Amino acid sequence: MVEKELFSIFMDGVFIKNFIVIQFLGLCPFIGVTKDVKSAAGISAAVIFVMTMASMATYAIYTYVLIPAEMEFLNVITFIVVIASLVQLVEFIVRKKLPALYRSLGIFLPLITTNCAVLGVVLLSRNSAYDFTQSVVFGIAAGIGFMIIMLLMSAMREKTDFMRVPSSIRGLPMAFFLATMLSLAFVNYFWVIPI
Amino acid sequence: MDPLSEYMRGITRENPIFALALGLCPALAVTTSLENAIGMSAATAFVLICSNVIVSSLRKQIPATVRLPMFIIIIATFVTIVNMVMQAYFPPMHAALGVFIPLIVVNCMIIGRAEAYANRNNVPYSLIDALGIATGFLIALSMIGGVRELFGTGQIVTFGYTLITMPVDPSITTMILPPGAFLTIGILMAIVNYQKERKRARGG
Repeated sequence: MVEKELFSIFMDGVFIKNFIVIQFLGLCPFIGVTKDVKSAAGISAAVIFVMTMASMATYAIYTYVLIPAEMEFLNVITFIVVIASLVQLVEFIVRKKLPALYRSLGIFLPLITTNCAVLGVVLLSRNSAYDFTQSVVFGIAAGIGFMIIMLLMSAMREKTDFMRVPSSIRGLPMAFFLATMLSLAFVNYFWVIPI
Repeated sequence: MDPLSEYMRGITRENPIFALALGLCPALAVTTSLENAIGMSAATAFVLICSNVIVSSLRKQIPATVRLPMFIIIIATFVTIVNMVMQAYFPPMHAALGVFIPLIVVNCMIIGRAEAYANRNNVPYSLIDALGIATGFLIALSMIGGVRELFGTGQIVTFGYTLITMPVDPSITTMILPPGAFLTIGILMAIVNYQKERKRARGG
């Protein structure tokens, strides 16, 4: 029973409540960093990492610090400070211990602090009153869903880069039209599969 | 600097949505109706104006090395205020906007204005800049919200008044679903670009 529940949370995070094309969280990297597949993969890996860590850290702080102190209304300020310091900490550890990973993720890590998807995943799992395991699964799932969309989008943008389109559609409008199709596929396809 | 042109700059040349493509998450997520678009713009405008004024008045006290965390804390304070006020006085609107009220904290438009403008200019000009950007945001969100509500439900109902009705097949709800948001902003952005190119071709 519990496993099935975790599975449905996972599927929710990856497909049905996909963070980018269904919930519109994390659109800045979706539009800004999908010009080529390599950077899209880099930022997605960093996002999965930070989302998982942030889910764990904010669960602990919310349950063991904010609730006993009756200061739940400070959750937004606390979470953003936790995420910002976590990103700094992760950057520091990765640079010391895993220099190869740092070279590929390096520039993307600081950008993630202001990524609304990370704060979004944390707030959504608090709003749904998930326990520790559920929060972590939801964090990982949201990160994987993010990665799938980023890779699909960057591949499509690389393919359509040299298409002949009117000059006013080139660039951002074209990216939004591609996003429309992706989103259409996700909305209609995953509605018909009962999970 | 001329105050009026500083104000208009936020609406036209540096429009946060159509020109700079900042703050896209709320612009697409909550614009299922004109009413939600106006509510979201009002909440964002409050935070933007207060944070610009406070950042600008503290710009000589904030050390350059820790300015970004300071900006985030200032913004988060006002977001908490707006969140609690909306929860207390406008519960239906608060429920409709959901998680996007707390997410104003990470709206790149607000931190962008704090960093690029309020940190370098005096208080009156920062206030004018915030008002201009907020008006530009309101116009962009209202356009997206209005188009989506009109084509998705066939009518625009704002605060109890029916503004326009149009015969649309009610079973086609694509425009108020997520894909409609991407389609609407894509088309609006293409129209804005087209107008800009025509203006440039005329030598404007």
